[in-house]
Amino acid sequence: MRTRLVTVLLALITAILVIPGPAATADEQGGESLHGQILNPDDRDQGVEGIGITVFDGEDEIGAGETDSDGMWEVELPGPGTYRVVVDQESVPSEFVVREGIIVDGETEVEVEADDQRPLIIALERPGGSDDGSASPSEEESEDAGAAAGDDEAVAPAADSGGSFGERFVQLTAAGLLFGLVIAVSAIGLSLIFGTTKMINFAHGDMVTFGAMVALVFSTGAAGLGNSLLAIFAGLGVAVLLGGFLENRLSRPVLVIAQWTAIFGGIALATVLGVMGDAVGWSVPLWLAAAVAVLMGAVLGASMERYVWRPLRHRNVALIQMFIVSIGLALVLRHVILVLFGAGRSRYAGYQIQDPVQFGPVAMPPRDLVVMGVAVVVLVGVACLLQFTRIGKAMRAVSDNRDLAESSGIDVDRVTLYVWGLGGGLSALGGVLYGLNQIVEYEMGFRLLLMMFAAVILGGLGTAYGAMVGGLAVGLVAMLSTLWFPSQLMQAWALALMILMLLIRPQGLLGRRERVG
Amino acid sequence: MDILSILAESTRSALGPIAAIYALAAVGLNFHFGYTGLLNFGQVGFMLVGAYGVGVSVAVFDLPLLVGFGVGLLCALVLALLLGVPTLRLRADYLAITTIAAAEVLRLVYRAGFAEPVTGGVYGLQNLASGFRTLNPFDGGTRYGVGALAYNGNHLWVLVVTWGLVALMVGLTWMLMHSPWGRVIKGIREDEDAVRSLGKNVFAYKMQALVLGGLIGAMAGCMLAVYQASIQPDQFKPQVTFFLWVILLLGGAGRVFGPVLGAMAFWFLMTFTDGLLKGFGSLGWLPFLSGPDYGAIQLAFVGLLLVVLIVFRPQGIIGDRKEMLINVK
Amino acid sequence: MSSDETSAGVDRMAGAEPVPGSAKSDPILVADGVRRSFGGLTAVDVGHLEVQRGTITALIGPNGAGKSTLFNLLTGFDRVDAGRWTFQGGAINGRRGHQVARAGMVRTFQLTKALTRMTVLDNMLLGAPGQFGERMAGAFLRPVWQGQERANTRRAMELLERFKLVDKRDDMAGSLSGGQRKLLEMARSLMTDPAMIMLDEPMAGVNPALVQSLLGHITSLRDEGKTVLFVEHDMDVIMGISDWIVVLAQGRVIAEGRPSDIRSDQQVIDAYLGAQEETAEARGSDDD
Repeated sequence: MRTRLVTVLLALITAILVIPGPAATADEQGGESLHGQILNPDDRDQGVEGIGITVFDGEDEIGAGETDSDGMWEVELPGPGTYRVVVDQESVPSEFVVREGIIVDGETEVEVEADDQRPLIIALERPGGSDDGSASPSEEESEDAGAAAGDDEAVAPAADSGGSFGERFVQLTAAGLLFGLVIAVSAIGLSLIFGTTKMINFAHGDMVTFGAMVALVFSTGAAGLGNSLLAIFAGLGVAVLLGGFLENRLSRPVLVIAQWTAIFGGIALATVLGVMGDAVGWSVPLWLAAAVAVLMGAVLGASMERYVWRPLRHRNVALIQMFIVSIGLALVLRHVILVLFGAGRSRYAGYQIQDPVQFGPVAMPPRDLVVMGVAVVVLVGVACLLQFTRIGKAMRAVSDNRDLAESSGIDVDRVTLYVWGLGGGLSALGGVLYGLNQIVEYEMGFRLLLMMFAAVILGGLGTAYGAMVGGLAVGLVAMLSTLWFPSQLMQAWALALMILMLLIRPQGLLGRRERVG
Repeated sequence: MDILSILAESTRSALGPIAAIYALAAVGLNFHFGYTGLLNFGQVGFMLVGAYGVGVSVAVFDLPLLVGFGVGLLCALVLALLLGVPTLRLRADYLAITTIAAAEVLRLVYRAGFAEPVTGGVYGLQNLASGFRTLNPFDGGTRYGVGALAYNGNHLWVLVVTWGLVALMVGLTWMLMHSPWGRVIKGIREDEDAVRSLGKNVFAYKMQALVLGGLIGAMAGCMLAVYQASIQPDQFKPQVTFFLWVILLLGGAGRVFGPVLGAMAFWFLMTFTDGLLKGFGSLGWLPFLSGPDYGAIQLAFVGLLLVVLIVFRPQGIIGDRKEMLINVK
Repeated sequence: MSSDETSAGVDRMAGAEPVPGSAKSDPILVADGVRRSFGGLTAVDVGHLEVQRGTITALIGPNGAGKSTLFNLLTGFDRVDAGRWTFQGGAINGRRGHQVARAGMVRTFQLTKALTRMTVLDNMLLGAPGQFGERMAGAFLRPVWQGQERANTRRAMELLERFKLVDKRDDMAGSLSGGQRKLLEMARSLMTDPAMIMLDEPMAGVNPALVQSLLGHITSLRDEGKTVLFVEHDMDVIMGISDWIVVLAQGRVIAEGRPSDIRSDQQVIDAYLGAQEETAEARGSDDD
C-alpha cells in the first residue's frame, strides 16, 4: 500500500515538473498588468462604475479599461516598463473629482516590473479638497462601512439638526437605547447558551444574519429559494420537535425513522419547490416575514444543538475544541448565506424613507419606535419566561449549575435544546430589528457579534439579565462616543469598555464572583 | 479542464510565498494554542500591525525597510501586552473574545477615514517593496524553476526569505520546546494551577508566549507587505485567522512541523478546489453559481474542514492520536 | 510504632494548650484574622492559628467548613477579604500562588493535577526551583543549563525511586492510576524542596491498598524535618498520624489539640457528627 502511494506521488511530481510552465500558469502569471478599485468616497463599500482608464507607453495607447459595478478595473500590459496612466475625467461622476496626490491632473506614471500585477490606487473625493468641511463631517465619516454602516441614519440627523451639545446628546441617547435594545435581544441567546453549555457560540452572529436575510426574502417575495428553505426548515423543525416531545413515548427505531422521514421529506419538498421556482411566488408583510424568520431561527438553533452540539458533548469533546467547531460552523453558515442571498446590501422595502416623529427634543422615524417597542416587549417577555415559567426556571437552574440541576432531576439536554431554540429565535428577531434600523448584508451579524461579546462580558457571561443590561450599556457607550470621537471608533469604545470591565470586575456587572487564580 | 495542470498549480501554491507567509503566522499561533493553550482568535491583528508597521514606515515616512520591520514588531509587542494584561489571568474564553474583537477593531480603525493620512484608509498603502527588491540576488524578470514549478525572480526572493524565516522560527520553536522553558509552557497547557503551585509565574510565561507568537505573526505580516508591495486593510479580515487555525489543526497543533505541513496542505487544497470549481464552472456543471460564489464556497469549505478536523482527526496530519485522547479536561 | 509516635508527638507539641488559637513554641505559620466570604456567606473566619514546625497537623471539619478555602487562601490561590499571615517569620499575605510556593510552602490539590500529556519525569523536573533554563533567554543556552538539568534529573530519579514510580518515568502521567497520581503529585511538590507541604485530601479516591504506603510517605516527610498540614476526612487516618488537629466548622476554628484531646471534645463531636447527619439528610432529599 505504502509503496504504491509513493509511486503515485513520484509519478505526479514528475508529471508536474515536466508540464511546461507558462501554459500551466497562464491565468495567474499572465505577465504584467495594472489593476485597482475605485470606491465611492461617500460609501467605501460601493464601487463607482464606468470610469475609463487608459494606459500609454509614451504617446502610444496600449490598453484601456473601465470600472465594473464593484469599481474594479484591470489593464493588461505588454511587458515591464514605465507607463503613463490617464483617468478619463469626463467619465468620473460629476459630484466627485479624482483626488490629487499620486494622480496629478488625472495622470500618473507607474513603473511595472516583470510579472508584476500592480495595483494602482485611484481615489475619488468630493470637490473642494479632502477636508471639505462641507455640511457635516460626522455624516461623511459615518458613511464608512464598519459598524457605522447605516448608523449615519442614527447619527446624521443629530448632526444635521446641527443643534447644541445637549440636543445631540439626547438624540444620541435615544439612538444608543435603540442600538442597545437590538444588541440585548440578540445577545440573550449567546449568554444563555454560554450559561447552559459553557460554550461561546461564535456562530451566533451569523444566526442574526440568517434571521435578517430570511425576513428579507419573505417580505420581498419568496419564490424557489425561499420556498425550498422553508421546506427544509419545516422538515428539520418537525424532526427536532418529534425528538423533544415523543422521546419517551415512542420506541427508538420508530422515532428515528419518523425524524429522518421528516428531514428527507423536507429536502424532497425543497427540491420540488426549487424546481418549480417562480411558479409559487408569494410575499407577506414584514411583520409576518419576521415571525417566519423567528421560527426558522429557532429551528436553526435547535437543530444545531440537536445534530451538532449534543453529539459532540456526548463524545466528551473538550470545550476548546467546541469553540473551534463553532467558528467552523460560523464560516459555513456565513458563506452559505452569501452564496444563497448574494453579497448585496439591501433594506426592507417600504421602511426606508419615513418622516421622523418629534418627541420633545428627540426625532425618530416610526420604524425605529416600532423596533424599540418590539424589543422592550420581547425583553420583558423573556424576563417573565425566565422568572415565572417552569421551563424558564429550569433554564436558570441549568445555567447556574449544570451538575446540580442534573442531579435534581432536570432533563438538562432538553433544557439546553430549548435554550438553543430560544436563542436562535431571539437572534433571528435581533437580525430583523437590526436590519430595519440599518442595512441587511451577509456580514452584519459578525459585526453585531463583537458588540454582543462586549455586552455579555459587561453584564456577566451566562446571565440573561446581564446580557440585557450589558447590551444597553454597550449601545449607549457606542453611540454617545460619537459625540466626541469619530464614529468608526464606536466599536472600539465598546471593546474598551469590555476590557476595562475585565480588569476591574471580570465576572461582569451581574455575574457572580468566581475564583480566579 | 486539465486536472494535471490544476495539480501542478496547487503544488506551486503549496510551496509559494503565500503558503510560506501563512506557515510563519501559524508557527506563531502554534506557540499560542499548540503549546501554551491560549485561544488566540485574533492572530490576523498581529499580522495587520506588522504589515502596517512596514507600510507606514516605508510609504509614509520614507524610512528604510529594516526600520519598518522593527516598527511592525514593536507594534505587535504593544498589542500583545495590551491584550494579555487584562485577559491572561482569566479563563481561556476571555482571551478568545478579546482577541477576535481587537483584531477586527484594529482593521476598522486602520481603514477609517480619520486614519487615512497615515494608513491610506480603505485604499491602503503601496510601493513598499523597492527596498526589499534592491537586495534581490535574483533577476526580477527571469523565471526560475522547473516546468510548472517556476517563480519569477522577485517572488522567488520573497519565497526564499520567508521560508528561511519559517525554518528559523521552526528551529527556535524546537529549541525552546526542548528546554526547561518549554516544559513549563507545556505544563501550563495541561493545568496552570499545578504549575503555579510549583512556584512558576504562570502569568509571565503566558505573556511571554503571547508576545513571542504575536511577534512571529507580525513578521508574517511584514513579509506579506513586502510580497504584495501594497496592503489594504480588508485583507486582514477575521477569516485569515480562521485559515491559520485550519492550517494549525490540519498540520497538528503542538508539533514543531505542524504549521509548515499544514500551510502546504491547506494552500494545495485551496488552489485545487479553486481550480476544480472553475473547471466545473467552465464545463457548465455548476448552473446556479457564478464566479464570486466560488470564493464563498471555498470559505464554507474551510469552515467545514475545521469542524471535520476537530471531530474526526483532532491531532492533524502528524499528531499522535493517543496523546490527544489522554487530554481529559 | 504508635507509642513511639505519641511520645515523639508530645515532644513536638510541647507547651501547646489544646484551645483554639493556642500559641506554639516554634510556629512556622501564624495566621491572624483571615476572612473570606462568597456572596453573603462567610466561608472562612479564622481568628488566630499557629502551625508548629516539624509536625503533622491535620485540618478537619464537616463538609463546607471552609477547609479547602482556607488552604486556597493561605497558599495564594484565592484572595482574602481581610487578614494577615506569616510564614517562617515573613509576611506572605497578598502574595500570589507561585510566590507562596517559592517561599517554601507548597500545596497539592484535592483533584490531582498530574500534567497528563507530559511524562512522569517531566512532571518531576517541572518542580525543580531556580532553573536557569526556565528563563526564556536562558532556554537557548543549553550548555549552561545542562548541568543543572542533570542534577535535577538525578534528584527526580531518587524521589521517583522512593515513591516507587521509577519504572513509569517515561510514561505519560495521564496513564497512571489515581493513587499513583497522588504519589506523583507529592513527589513533584518535594522537588521544590519546601519547608512546609500542604496536602489537600491526599487519601481521596486512593485504592485502600495504597493508603498505608501514602501514610508512610507522609510520616517520613515529617521525620525529615518538613512541616505537613493536611485536610482529610478519614478519622482513623487522622488520629493515627497527626501530632496536632485543628477543627474547623462554619469557617471558624472551634477546637484544636492532640488527637486524644480532640477525640474527647464534646463540641467537636456535636459539630462534626451533627453536620454529618445534616449533610446525609440533605443528600437523601437530593435523591428524591
